[in-house]
Order: sequence, then C-alpha cells, then structure tokens
Amino acid sequence: MIPRLILAAALVAALAAFPLFAGNYPVKLLQEILIWGIFAMSLDLLMGYAGMVSFGHSAFFGVGGYVAALALLKSPGPVSALLLPAAAAALAALVIGFFSIRVSGVYFIMLTLAFSQMFYAVTFQAAWLGAEDGIVGVPRPVALGLDTGRPLQFHLYLVAVVTLAALALWRIVRSPFGHVLRGIHENEPRMEAVGYAVNRYKLLAFVIAGTVAGLAGSLYTQQVGSITPDAFLWTTSGEALLMVIIGGTGTLGGAVLGAAAFILLQSMVSSYTERWMLILGLTFVLLVLFAPGGIVGALRGRIGIRS
Amino acid sequence: MSAPPLLSIEQLARHFGALNAVNGVSLAIAPRERRAIIGPNGAGKTTLFNLITGHLAPSGGRILFGGDLITGLPPHAVARRGISRSFQRTNLFPKLSVRENLRLAAAADGRGSYNLFGSVGRLRAPLDKAVEVAEAVGLAPRLDEPAGRLSYGEQRQLEVGVALAISPKLLLLDEPTAGMSPEETQRMTRMLEGLPREITLLIIEHDMDVVSSLADRVTVLHYGEVLVEGTFGEVKTDPRVYEVYLGTA
Repeated sequence: MIPRLILAAALVAALAAFPLFAGNYPVKLLQEILIWGIFAMSLDLLMGYAGMVSFGHSAFFGVGGYVAALALLKSPGPVSALLLPAAAAALAALVIGFFSIRVSGVYFIMLTLAFSQMFYAVTFQAAWLGAEDGIVGVPRPVALGLDTGRPLQFHLYLVAVVTLAALALWRIVRSPFGHVLRGIHENEPRMEAVGYAVNRYKLLAFVIAGTVAGLAGSLYTQQVGSITPDAFLWTTSGEALLMVIIGGTGTLGGAVLGAAAFILLQSMVSSYTERWMLILGLTFVLLVLFAPGGIVGALRGRIGIRS
Repeated sequence: MSAPPLLSIEQLARHFGALNAVNGVSLAIAPRERRAIIGPNGAGKTTLFNLITGHLAPSGGRILFGGDLITGLPPHAVARRGISRSFQRTNLFPKLSVRENLRLAAAADGRGSYNLFGSVGRLRAPLDKAVEVAEAVGLAPRLDEPAGRLSYGEQRQLEVGVALAISPKLLLLDEPTAGMSPEETQRMTRMLEGLPREITLLIIEHDMDVVSSLADRVTVLHYGEVLVEGTFGEVKTDPRVYEVYLGTA
C-alpha cells in the first residue's frame, strides 16, 4: 500500500513539474491527455464497472464546457470554473439518466446518443451560445489560490483538479458502492433479487460519471479558451469510448493510458500524413484484435501484475 | 393453525394469454414450517415463486407476508422484507469470489451500500456473514475461488448460500438439487436439514427422498391449482396424486 502511495505521489509530482523540462507543445499535449483522461475515466466508471455502455457521454462534457464558458465570462473564479459546470453536468446526468437507465444494451446506447445529439442540435442553433462558432475568448479563472492566466499556474491547477477527480473515482470503485456496481455488471437480476434497488445505484453511477465528465469539459474550455458545439458531437463520446477500450475497461488507469495513446498517436501521425485517421483506425483494429484487454490487460499479461 | 401464518396466499392467479399458469391458489405457511411444493412439469410451481418474489405481477389475488400486503412490490423490496429465493438455474456472480458473492447478498440491507468513499474491508458485518454462510453451505475452503470456477454441485450450494446470506425469514428454494448426482443431493439435503428452524422454508422439489426428509407438509400443484395438501404420508397415498404423476390407467 505504501509503495503504491509513494509511486502515485511521485507520478503527480512529475506531472506537475513537467513544464520545467518541456516546451509549450508537449505541455499542451500532456494537459489534453489529463483532461481526456478523467473524461475517459468517468466513462469507464459506467462501462467497466457498472456495465452501462453510454454513447452519449459528450452531453456532460459539453454541458460542463458551455456552463464554464458562460460563467467564466461573467466572473472568472472557482465557482464558475469548477462548481457550476460540475453541478450543471450532474443535473443533466440526473435527467438523462432518469430516462436512460430504464433500458439497457443497445437501447441504452441509442438513448444516450440521442440525448447528446439533442444538445448538439440546440447549441448549433442557439444564437446566445454563439451557434456554430461557439463561445470564444473565455478567460481562465483565479482558483485554488492560483492565477491560472499564467501558464505554469494553470498547469499546476489543472494537475490538482485532475488528481482530485481521479482520486475520487479511484476511491469510489473500491467503495461498497463500487462493489455494488460490479455486482450489477455481473448479474443485475440477482442483485435485484437479493434486495438492491438496482436502478437507484445505476442512476447514482450515471450522475457521478456525468459530474466528472462535466469537470473535464470545463477544464477543456479553460485550456483552449473556447467551446464549440462539436464538444457535444457523437465523435467526442466515441473518442472517449475508444480511449477506454484501448486502455482496458474496468481499470480506470487504463482510461488515462488510452487517452495518452490516442492523443500522442494522433499528434505524431498527423504531423506526417493527412491520412492520420486511417492509420489511427488500423492501429485500433489491431489493438482490439490482439490486445482485447487493452493496454492494461497486455501489461498484466506480460509482467503478471494484478489490480 | 394456532399461530398466524407467515406467508398467506389468497386466490392467487396468473394468466399468460389463454394459459392459466396459476389459477386461484391459496396457501398458508406457518412460521418455522418447512413446506414442499410438488407437481408435474408445467404445474405452475416456478410461476408461483415468481409471483411471491415480485418477478411477475399477479392477474388476481393477493399475497400477505407477516400480515402485510406484498403484492405488486418489486423484487428488491420483497427481498428486503425477508423473502429470499434460490433459482432453478444457477444465478450467481461468476467472476466474483465466493466470499464476494455472499458478501454482496449480506450487504443488501442498504446500510453502507451507498457509501462512496469507504472501504469494503471496514464493514465487518457482511464479511462475517459471508464466512458464516460459507461454512453453513460447505464452501468455507473455497471462499476466495471465483464462483464460475466451482464445480456444478458447489455452484448449487452457493446458489442456496447467496439466498441465505440476506438472513431471510422465508427462504424459497426452486429445485435446489436440480441436476445433482445422488451424493451431491444427499449433501444438499443434509445441509438444508441443518438450517435453523427460524428460517421458514418453501421448497420446490422433484426428488421424493428430499421431500420426505425435509418437508413438514406437502402441497401438490396441478395445472395451476392446489390438488392436495397434507403430510408427506397423506399425499403419497392419495390416489389423485398417483393419477397426476402416472396418468390414469
């Protein structure tokens, strides 16, 4: 337990200190990986632990991103940057979840997808949200005692928020609640038969995942300084889904590794060829065929480590 | 007939289209009683269980448990009131350990199961219950084995164990010895005989040796209706029962 704690602390320290050793572009990539990492982790809570494959996770990423943009333009503080986007995403997840968890499998996928596309359609049309151009010129906040308008302080702030979110998810999957989710994943009818009000647990999982996704969306807005309807697009959900699968479902850590693999590969390949999507696609096909357990699964098989 | 019944079923019916799977069944199970339900295939035994546990909604009639109306409650609410069931087809958490299978059931009382940041190891009661039940069903040496890797007989034992782990007042067992070898059946019967009397048993069973050694009373279902009810001796010698099982000569 202690060595693992030290290892985790060292990792966080390394992430925080990264800008001291690396240039602007690698730092930007790392920040993207961290943001997409917690976004994918929140999806993994649903997919890998509760067994709910959502194809509409972009809804919460987008809600978090848009609420952050609107709020930060009014007042660039921690409430606008963290509290409001997370709360709005939680509320959206509560409503969407209330309807979606009643069905499962393909129907759950279709319903969550439909909800997220509705957000896309609305933001694409809404003049007050900048329509297809989105909201630009969003200032970074002063939060956690840091003036995130300065690059290094923004980086520290980002690492802190991401670490806290990851830590929370890490605790949740090991908590009694997390074990209930695994039970539901394994055998939902039996969980119901022994006395669990299954839908309530699924809804809570959906809201938690939505909240963290909203936080990720907010961080995205803060990093880029703008948000467009594309955040809601199904490709946002699809990329997160790919990251989880590449990394290994039901591992949390895998989601971050998947995000890293996806973003690094994308940036490397796209600098060589226009057809980077093709290469990316081929890589994923090979990965899924030859490493069905994802990166984490492959690593476990090789060095024999366990969760 | 002195104590009020623990489970009281009144004129219960369930139709599937034109099929009357359960057709006006009335039953009263006393506290501490061990009742067997027998009958040929298609007699409506499992449907009756599904109606009691809320897996199916009745077309008519009502079910009282401890004097409270439970008709229409969802399965989880029925379980929380103290009615547990094992399934005819093994229904476990195959990738989870025997311990976790039992612990999840034992923790289903809600206390702590919404705990988001706590640790499973700190909630002792469900863990202790898991060990206790594993001993009762003869799986103590297999606690850390994934349920999916147990032998068929052991999985059947765990099937009953999961139902037991919620500390039920009434335990419904749907053919606990289905598909078992004679030796496994004997072991299961001894295990069920050893259950505390406080747990009232309602058991669907085809094996007459199991019925005779376990049941205080026997109810025979036929085409969704109660044909005969009595002690095993009475039922065994009833000509109607003979007819139902072997057909009229």
